[in-house]
Amino acid sequence: MAEAHPVGFRWAMKAKERGATIIHVDPRFSRTSALADIWVPLRAGTDIAFLGGLIRHLIENDLFFREYVVPYTNASCILSDEYRDPEDNGDGYFSGWDEEKRAYEDDSWLYKGGDLSRPERDLTLQHPQCVFQKLKRHFSRYKPEMVEKICGIPPQLFHKVADALVAASGPKKTAAVCYAVGWTQHSKGVQIIRAAAILQLLLGNIGRPGGGILALRGHASIQGSTDIPTLYDILPGYLTMPHKGDETLQQYLDNYTKKTGLWSGYPKYMVSTLKAYYGKRATAENDFGYSWLPKLTGNHSFFEFLYDMLDGKMEGMFLMGQNPAVGAPNSRLQRKALSKLKWLVVRDMVEIESANFWRESPEIDRGELKAEDIETEVFFFPAAGHAEKEGAFTNTQRLLQWREKAVDPPGDCRSEAWFMHQLALRLMAKAKASTDPIDESLRALDWWYPEDELGDPNMEAVLAEINGWYTDPVAGGGDSGRTDGIVFGRDREGNPHHGKQVNGFAELKADGSTASGCWIYSGVLGRDGENKANLRKSKDYLGHGWGFAWPSDRRIIYNRASARPDGSPWSEQKKLVWWDSEKWTGIDVPGFVKGKPPDYEPEVGAEGLDAIPGDAPFILHEDGLGWLYVPKGLKDGPLPTHYEPLESPVSNELYSHETNPAVHWFTRSENRYAPPGDAKFPFVLTTYRLTEHHTAGGMSRFLSHLAELQPEMFAEISPELARDLKISNGDYICIVTLRGAIEARALVSRRIRPLHLDGKTLHQVALPYHYGTAGVVRGDAANDLLTISGEPNVTIMEAKALTCNIMPGRLPRGRAFAEFLNEYAPQSGLTDLHPEQPAKGGEKMHSHAQEGKT
Amino acid sequence: MIGEGSHSTNQRRHNYVQENVEVGFFTDPTVCIGCKACEVACKEWNQVPDDGFTWSGNSYDNTGHLGASTWRHVMFVEQDRRKGNQIVGSHSLGNGDGDPSAGASAKAEDPFRWVFLSDVCKHCEEAGCLEACPTGSIVRTEVGSVLVQNDVCNGCGYCVVSCPFGVIDRRPSPLPDAGGAFKCTFCYDRQKSGLVPACAKVCPTESIVFGRLDDLRAQAAKRVQQLQEAGYQDAQLYDPTETSVRGIHAFFLILGEPEAYGLPPKPQIPTIYLKSAWTSAFATAIAAVIATLCAFAFL
Repeated sequence: MAEAHPVGFRWAMKAKERGATIIHVDPRFSRTSALADIWVPLRAGTDIAFLGGLIRHLIENDLFFREYVVPYTNASCILSDEYRDPEDNGDGYFSGWDEEKRAYEDDSWLYKGGDLSRPERDLTLQHPQCVFQKLKRHFSRYKPEMVEKICGIPPQLFHKVADALVAASGPKKTAAVCYAVGWTQHSKGVQIIRAAAILQLLLGNIGRPGGGILALRGHASIQGSTDIPTLYDILPGYLTMPHKGDETLQQYLDNYTKKTGLWSGYPKYMVSTLKAYYGKRATAENDFGYSWLPKLTGNHSFFEFLYDMLDGKMEGMFLMGQNPAVGAPNSRLQRKALSKLKWLVVRDMVEIESANFWRESPEIDRGELKAEDIETEVFFFPAAGHAEKEGAFTNTQRLLQWREKAVDPPGDCRSEAWFMHQLALRLMAKAKASTDPIDESLRALDWWYPEDELGDPNMEAVLAEINGWYTDPVAGGGDSGRTDGIVFGRDREGNPHHGKQVNGFAELKADGSTASGCWIYSGVLGRDGENKANLRKSKDYLGHGWGFAWPSDRRIIYNRASARPDGSPWSEQKKLVWWDSEKWTGIDVPGFVKGKPPDYEPEVGAEGLDAIPGDAPFILHEDGLGWLYVPKGLKDGPLPTHYEPLESPVSNELYSHETNPAVHWFTRSENRYAPPGDAKFPFVLTTYRLTEHHTAGGMSRFLSHLAELQPEMFAEISPELARDLKISNGDYICIVTLRGAIEARALVSRRIRPLHLDGKTLHQVALPYHYGTAGVVRGDAANDLLTISGEPNVTIMEAKALTCNIMPGRLPRGRAFAEFLNEYAPQSGLTDLHPEQPAKGGEKMHSHAQEGKT
Repeated sequence: MIGEGSHSTNQRRHNYVQENVEVGFFTDPTVCIGCKACEVACKEWNQVPDDGFTWSGNSYDNTGHLGASTWRHVMFVEQDRRKGNQIVGSHSLGNGDGDPSAGASAKAEDPFRWVFLSDVCKHCEEAGCLEACPTGSIVRTEVGSVLVQNDVCNGCGYCVVSCPFGVIDRRPSPLPDAGGAFKCTFCYDRQKSGLVPACAKVCPTESIVFGRLDDLRAQAAKRVQQLQEAGYQDAQLYDPTETSVRGIHAFFLILGEPEAYGLPPKPQIPTIYLKSAWTSAFATAIAAVIATLCAFAFL
């Protein structure tokens, strides 16, 4: 956190000053470890074994927060008799595995009876089929000795962490978990976070001040880019992207609307979204334009279409704020894929490697590619910097913060909003001139945004649309900007466009009378005309009055859990929201129906929020409970399970299956994995970020003041490994994997410690991944060494745990590189070296080229 | 104190220059996270050029030392010592993770710590550079800081050898304004406008605190006591008031000995040797005259 989020770490240091214990779990001793009270080094990729060990410790020693766990979580829910756990066979599989599809059928994971809204419960937690007993059994072998064997964490250190966590949790205390991509970039990343969620629920640290699980995002507004997604499989506000089969709006709504809980409002959110997209063109008669949305036929993630690019099935690409030639896994393959495109649009502040790959890449240097053979036409558009554009960031804590433009961008540099707006105008003009039905969705777009003199859309007008409004235009309304609850009431041509703002998503309707670009953000710019993302006067310690936290400016989500089941606070020091005999009130905006008493019991057949009992805080879930066990929604199991990384120097100590069964391997000859325990690649490889640089370096390697602080690619190794390999500090070394080889300077430090697993010494190597071939300082890209792999739920690659070898000396340049690589990482032979890997093509779901137009 | 927001002395506007208040920096490595924001902010505000892209191999410190183009320098000190009650892996638990084949000795305590300290011109009470400057380019400001006026400096370099801390240096060609002597200005230009020096302004954990010198000294004494009670037995202040520099306006809390941070334990300004130097020069001259006379006496 100190390393990649130095400004946020201010608050961790403030907490430390006030007596908090900071525990840092990381394979390497980073700047965060330097300031922590306890540093826990572990083998990269074994987080579930460690967290599972802590979960077992809490359960076996009855140290969990029972008063919280019993009413507020699904510990008491009875599971289907069909459910089978990996413990049943010790093989690592849950019930429902389909070997042919390499995927789970999740029916057997449901609660008994299959109804998620009214589960059968045993509040004594004794029923053999209840979640608590299943959880207990699932983690029963994750003992401290096992944690030591898998992670390399000695029992004494394990107990220090466990004791600190338990001491910091309960009615009077809370503990928070902060994580970043060190937890997400794994073949089981989602399940690592799930393990943290189980731990925090057992400790009663969710929905309470000072608790929670904080996702520290990779860079600015990454939270925002899932809320209003740049992802292929969701629509704004976490609405599901329609799939093939969801042919009509009714079919779609039937598939995704929940009977109970907050998601029962799905039709209101969806129809309002369609009204924001298509305006007047969206009518009840035409399903509000639903048919214009494309339907998914498979995984269309970045890695899937990367392979299509490599295979010549994709013509062109827009690249905005991304530098895959350096920042994406298996970057040698990324650069080759770019060279297969016919055209490529790059928008960035500098000419990054993904824009100059055709003339300056390592592949050109090595003769693998020739500039004259590359037909890719690169269009480079200069981008505005962050002080040169207006808009909102949404970061950790779901906080929207508005940022005003300080100066106009220089020359032809323009903001992303300008580019997309101008592109949309041009595409719509083309669509209007065409009669092809495929262009109808473009013709139907309600592209009303007022512009400024540079041609930038008015960003507050966009925010007003995101917030939502009543769709009936009011003649003369909003003439002076913001009157009578109407904000930016006129479109670019000056015609009345919409009515009053809505004040929150509770006002949204499914009949087309409201529009909202992102229902969860509703309330950020309501009828008072105040841009709440731009507020800068906090009134309390939670920061109300500074920015706007979705939903409804709630700073701590599920905060009903901050009070006891009877509605009184758990303790005076941790009070947040409570029942005052008439309504919910408190320091935060209550995340509960205001007048619903704590003893409220829903009637049989109740729907929506009425079906949520008065003591069920997790209102987004159909049962209102916190899920220790996930009965529906995950693709790789209802409980986190320890699997080895796809590349690992050791075998799985707990199960006969080594790796996450549902993972996507992206098998290809240029993307091969070393089998478990391969002596050719004996060391664990992990990648990380430095404070001095920003991700793929586009914003740091080109600036002298930052570049001079970390001017060269290096690899961190332990003195013990350096001694074994006869390497001195500062020597040039080569790091080799089956995907490639790079050169780095050896930074020998005791900050990297060898691990002792079961009497065996294991070395880890840590690489920053910022360097590339352009900019003030240059170096090899660590991502050349990585595999492209896909975690089953979100298709993220495993960038934090792989295997490698190290050769002292400099990396041969030019054509000698291929010989060198082949010597240490044979480049011919089988593509599926790992025994659990499907053969090439065996798992690829769909190719874009085959999908056709939908 | 961290987290005081706009109430912090690092963020508050002030009139110290107008009111002739002595100000200082107090730098506390126990909250420094080594982010180097101070180095970057200093270079940005003062338009200090880069001074080379050389990787040092010395921990994360590629800045090396203070100089004409480096006015803030964060040190990264890796030591086989314990920091307070910090538990570093299994090192501090009495079962060190050294090579287990080495037997029982490897199981002994095997401590490690990584300390960050942001170094800067000390703005000495008695400044060697200022006393050595023959042109009057180096002056004492209203807030007690030591300032080089670059338009007056003739680049003689006397100040360079007179600084007991090795802070000030002449800028080599081909950098802009090459030849002149440069060092931290204490952001005098910012201070004149009521702004805090750039490094303190950006420090995310307020490891660098800017404020009234007397307030800072009181705060620092309290901090040392607090840390010692919390298990940092080797916490002490570095503010050499007993030597000829008679105290420094940018002073530090340090863990362990000053030498580990490149700080001289007893810094002296060269002018204190003037008396003895002149005396011995005079004595030498007399002796030479006598010797000469004696030589002639025997002719």
